[in-house]
Amino acid sequence: MNTHGIRKVLLLGSGALKIGEAGEFDYSGSQALKALREEGIQTVLINPNIATVQTSQDVADTVYFLPVTPEFVTQVLEKERPDGILLAFGGQTALNCGVALHEQGVLDRFGVRVLGTPVQAIMDTEDRDLFNRKLSEIDVKTIQSEAVTTVEDACRAAREVGYPVIVRAAYTLGGQGSGFCDDEEELVQRATNALAYSPQILVEKSLRGWKEIEYEVVRDRHDNCITVCNMENFDPLGIHTGESIVVAPSQTLTDSEYHHLRELAIRIVRHIGIVGECNVQYALDPHSEDYRVIEVNARLSRSSALASKATGYPLAFVAAKLGLGYGLHELKNAVTQSTCAFFEPALDYCVVKIPRWDLSKFKGVSRQIGSSMKSVGEVMAIGRSFEEALQKGLRMIGQGMHGFVANHELSWENLEDALIHPTDSRIFALARAFHEGYSVEQLHEWTKIDAWFLEKLRSIYQIHRQLEEYERLAEVPDELLGTAKRKGFSDFQIGRLVTHSQIDPEEAMLAARRERKKRKIVPVVKQIDTLAAEFPAKTNYLYLTYHGSEHDVEFPRDRRGVVVLGSGAYRIGSSVEFDWCCVGAMKTLRKEGFRGIMINCNPETVSTDYDMCDRLYFDELSLEAVLDITELESPRGVVVSTGGQIPNNLAMRLHAQHVPILGTTPESIDNAEDRHLFSSLCDSLGVDQPRWKELTSLEEIYAFADEVGFPLMVRPSYVLSGAAMNVVSNRSELEHFLTLAANVSQKHPVVVSEFIVDAKEIEFDAVANRGEIVAYAISEHVEFAGVHSGDATIVFPPQKLYVETIRRIKKIARKIAQALDISGPFNMQLLARDNDIKVIECNLRASRSFPFVSKVLRIDLIELATRVILGLPVEKPNRSAFDLDYVGIKAPQFSFSRLAKADPVLGVEMASTGEVGCIGEDFYEAILKSMLATGYRLPEQKRILLSSGPMKSKVEMLPTCRQLVEDGFTLYATRGTAAYLLEQGVAVQAVGWPEEMKNEKLSLPEKEASQSSLLLNALDLIQHQKVDLVVNIPKNLSTSELSNDYYIRRSAIDYNIPLLTNVRLANSFLQAVCRWNHGAKLEIKSWEEY
Amino acid sequence: MPTARLILDDGTIFEGDSFGAATSQAGEVVFNTAMTGYTESLSDPSYAGQILTMTWPLVGNYGVPPHRKRNGFAEFFESDRIWVRGLVVSEYSEKYSHWNAVESLSEWLIRENVPAIAGIDTRALTKRLREKGTMLGKLIVAGKEPDFYDPGKENLIAQCSCSHIEEFSLENEEEILPQARAYYRPERKPRIVLVDCGAKNNILRSLIFRGATVIRVPWNFDYTTLDYDGVMVSNGPGDPAWAEETVEILRKAMERNKPIFGICMGNQILARAAGATTFRLRYGHRGHNQPVILAGTHQTWITSQNHGYAVDPLRLNDAWEPSYRNLNDGTCEGIRHRTKPFFSVQFHPEASGGPRDSGVLFDLFIKKVRDHDQL
Repeated sequence: MNTHGIRKVLLLGSGALKIGEAGEFDYSGSQALKALREEGIQTVLINPNIATVQTSQDVADTVYFLPVTPEFVTQVLEKERPDGILLAFGGQTALNCGVALHEQGVLDRFGVRVLGTPVQAIMDTEDRDLFNRKLSEIDVKTIQSEAVTTVEDACRAAREVGYPVIVRAAYTLGGQGSGFCDDEEELVQRATNALAYSPQILVEKSLRGWKEIEYEVVRDRHDNCITVCNMENFDPLGIHTGESIVVAPSQTLTDSEYHHLRELAIRIVRHIGIVGECNVQYALDPHSEDYRVIEVNARLSRSSALASKATGYPLAFVAAKLGLGYGLHELKNAVTQSTCAFFEPALDYCVVKIPRWDLSKFKGVSRQIGSSMKSVGEVMAIGRSFEEALQKGLRMIGQGMHGFVANHELSWENLEDALIHPTDSRIFALARAFHEGYSVEQLHEWTKIDAWFLEKLRSIYQIHRQLEEYERLAEVPDELLGTAKRKGFSDFQIGRLVTHSQIDPEEAMLAARRERKKRKIVPVVKQIDTLAAEFPAKTNYLYLTYHGSEHDVEFPRDRRGVVVLGSGAYRIGSSVEFDWCCVGAMKTLRKEGFRGIMINCNPETVSTDYDMCDRLYFDELSLEAVLDITELESPRGVVVSTGGQIPNNLAMRLHAQHVPILGTTPESIDNAEDRHLFSSLCDSLGVDQPRWKELTSLEEIYAFADEVGFPLMVRPSYVLSGAAMNVVSNRSELEHFLTLAANVSQKHPVVVSEFIVDAKEIEFDAVANRGEIVAYAISEHVEFAGVHSGDATIVFPPQKLYVETIRRIKKIARKIAQALDISGPFNMQLLARDNDIKVIECNLRASRSFPFVSKVLRIDLIELATRVILGLPVEKPNRSAFDLDYVGIKAPQFSFSRLAKADPVLGVEMASTGEVGCIGEDFYEAILKSMLATGYRLPEQKRILLSSGPMKSKVEMLPTCRQLVEDGFTLYATRGTAAYLLEQGVAVQAVGWPEEMKNEKLSLPEKEASQSSLLLNALDLIQHQKVDLVVNIPKNLSTSELSNDYYIRRSAIDYNIPLLTNVRLANSFLQAVCRWNHGAKLEIKSWEEY
Repeated sequence: MPTARLILDDGTIFEGDSFGAATSQAGEVVFNTAMTGYTESLSDPSYAGQILTMTWPLVGNYGVPPHRKRNGFAEFFESDRIWVRGLVVSEYSEKYSHWNAVESLSEWLIRENVPAIAGIDTRALTKRLREKGTMLGKLIVAGKEPDFYDPGKENLIAQCSCSHIEEFSLENEEEILPQARAYYRPERKPRIVLVDCGAKNNILRSLIFRGATVIRVPWNFDYTTLDYDGVMVSNGPGDPAWAEETVEILRKAMERNKPIFGICMGNQILARAAGATTFRLRYGHRGHNQPVILAGTHQTWITSQNHGYAVDPLRLNDAWEPSYRNLNDGTCEGIRHRTKPFFSVQFHPEASGGPRDSGVLFDLFIKKVRDHDQL
């Protein structure tokens, strides 16, 4: 029972998705809210992440799209006066905010009770010194380390424990600022950096090469404990668990090791006093049972979300109930519904988690992985052997790999080095190493990966060699074919290996499929039931495996099944927003009496919560798996338009195999996706597009450049190095890029398009029914075209578009919707300059901005779209519904601080990892809230460093600068900007460029005193946190080599000073700051109150 | 080509690959849901007469540890041999990796002449066993096909028990468990009779590592005349009905009022001595995740279990009461005397394999022994 008499609870969300804190907290929060509402408790949620499921209607009673910071939360507490607060479901963001509120006495002031783990226990786990002391009280070994607050002390501590050491920053996400140091030079650099983020850092002995093991522990107020799952990192200690392939349960631990660590985990959790869920990480000596506790996370985490999905045990749901005072034995096992929540899942399958990196999206970032997290998403694969799960997983990450083998060969300059110093592609370097004949012993020595894993990989490699010995699929013996499938080989891999890439890969894949089906080599569907079939369980949580002879479930041939394809691994460009779309589609179709069948493979999602659908296939979003599932389920059809680009790309291929696609026809999807088809459609409709051509020779490219002029966007189809896309501003840049980055030929054409500058970019999100638009939302970017739409700040409803522009856009949209006979969601991106409209792109699927516009509009576009897709009647929303008297702004969240050396500049490649959406009475209030929600801070010191780039931006920023100075701000500017501002009569202090950094012997005050000689350098201001905002506008759109600008931008990130690099955004933000400075308020209003 | 077959007495046949000895065996087919601990399970005498199916699919990963002795008995095993009659897994890991491994699982099975089958759908098999109850089966690899064999028809306890009395104590006293140091006195070690009905070595370890001297006696040995401070009745295989002699001796021991602690078979024996009956479960409890709760409290434990019979507490004498209850199916997981220091549990506080939550019961037992005799 709810023993604390709690009636109203505030839950803190985690805000925008960022590296180290992603969609898993949408899942955790949603589960917690469900658990509370079931008890009749009123729920209030603060989360600016508007794309989440938890901020949807009917998940929480009241939603605030506000930053999760002490200032805002205090005001919400004051207004809502809840009895309890939950801090454990919104990641480190919520936890840190909660600790701050506790320390400021705010929680006591409002009489708010922290449900679950007490704040003191949280602090005991977060402060390393306290933590080590606490664990030594119960004879539990921690890593010998010293907490220091200065670089000097760090060096002394390192000398004491001996190099190599690891530096860790306290109170940060996913190991930010952490890393290994082999010598003092490295340490000084890293410690300086880490101390900029955290008041305290830890220096400790490195245990590189030890096994890394995690336990997910649950404790109730009666001191009852369970460990729901343990997990073993495939990569040994030294690689952050978020960067490692992780296997559940552990594979190389004996019973004694497993239970020794389990016993310690329970001892720790009891001693600290956790109530709810907690994660304990260990280092385990590979040569004895010696261990160290690495850390304890007193909250739901990425690992706990993974453990929930890996076992079927709803950790967040249970943790929320425990916070209310329940005992574990008083709660039900959600899967069996008959047994209780006090039990430990027994798995009869193997789970492999694989991280997804997007490092190629960033300029200058190192591909090496280590003790701080860089991955942006993950997948989870389930199989009844490690090989099966691993190969599934390597396909699921969606980076063009087909498994461990049979991939396009990557090349390594130095294979040994690639194995010793792991990068995001080390697993494939291992495949290469087997090919080159290296032994497991040798590879173990280099990688420290346990030989058991390496042997399994080698066995995959051996099957690959055996398959290659055949020339025709019919010749492959049944036994080999069966073994290959059991070891996770896809039809594609088998087809490619046996046909030796001599035929079209799709044809080879289909041939392999036909061949195995002929021999009755087909997968079986197994249930995840938490108890290894010991008791009957009505679970709908399923996966495919070739290690089996019978299905666990029956397949009703009722034609009421509808498959929704999920979005796969979160990646840059596709994350929680598509999960929201899929969950929305699933809800709608189930409400209408259809049987909802979800296919997805991302453990961080709500769509993979088995409560959300009638059947969940936690499996691949590949043609093969979807065909296998649809053949068994014979659904009415498949929804491909809510999961982003992966399902969209499958539409035609599924259609070709006679799988019914619901909604807009696959032919229409193809017409929009295919650049040539879409262009000719636009031409026939009289719709304008930026000029573009697919070109196969340098001469053609130069001729096209002469014709349309610069700048141009260049997209090679085959990339040698560097980014896939680039904007070039002149002939020499074009030549440089083409010779360096692209291979131009008949086989590898280059798409060159006109790049329109100073144009507004507009998003058109809509739902059409048989070609007629039912509902739409037009939003505009704050930034001019040139910033990727995923990185842009988006305003809805648009505040600065001409009525005529809007009219023309609607007209174009109507034409296109009709021509493509769209039935379902679609999105267009357009450019507008002086009412001259051009279409850049059209996607016949839900877009990234669907949840944002749906929530601001309060019209659920996905619900409408799903009804259309299902052929149900839809009503056009009332016209007045589109007339809003408030403004929503969606702002991007960047994770540059996680990506050492990456240039934090925006361009045509998307770089943001998440987003927020806030609502305000006007544009300025909305932009301030949304930017504060992505980590910008109000410049309280009133000191800003400016480099405003090209003359045009300087002019554009002039009025704002003038206003700032009038309002008492101190402006610093690099030389050119300073000269311009002074000339215009704006007081500013000039500072030197980073490369002019000299006179190190002078102290900062001395430098400040001698301003005339430019002794004061931009970097001084940043490194000493003398400014609280850096505005640095790059000179042009092309990427240049490391430059002065880069050093300013990168230092701002490294020293955690807010940075703006777009002139339009900088202007908007600063104008909002001026208004705030003049007393404009940031209203504390819930979504419902707008 | 399949090299091994598992035939159930309902006619079901599973075909797979042999990875054990080239021999055929019959037994009772049971399943265990533990995810670790095959070396412990295989050497656990409670599995005598049974063909063991592991629901966890990957077996053999960490090989097999050395067969050396320590404190007078096997250091890493629960007995000196493999007791199961056959092993059934989904996937056998030929290559193993562990610092303490000296051989592969396959090598050990072959040496002990135990057949094993891999490559079958163990989940499908488990579901069949769950639905139809434990079944008889044969694992056919080579040689003459045996008849079905029902271990319930034999006194397995007698087969598993030791043949003579032997005394054990910790060789190196520095290794006493930290929690036992509080009550350990080297000059007066408690003397515990361990009634061996097929005892797992870890019961022995759990006692000596708490400073006890253990006198291990055969299942039907009358120890009541010995000089001892407490009695530990061990786990063991099969039907407790075969242990009537043990029950009789225990009744005698109860008159001496010295502390008694029973585990698994020991629980059933103590319950029978206290008037209760025992019955056969449909498919038993075998795994590392069995939840139990102490009556009248909120105190719960995750326990390791391995039994096919259970105590029906209804006919317990008034002097006795049920203590622990299984949270999954409500069966009796332990009994205790209302006034005397007699108690027993159906689960395995000694673990190995499995969770160690309830290991504190050994401390409780030793403390009772000390308190009782004011040692």
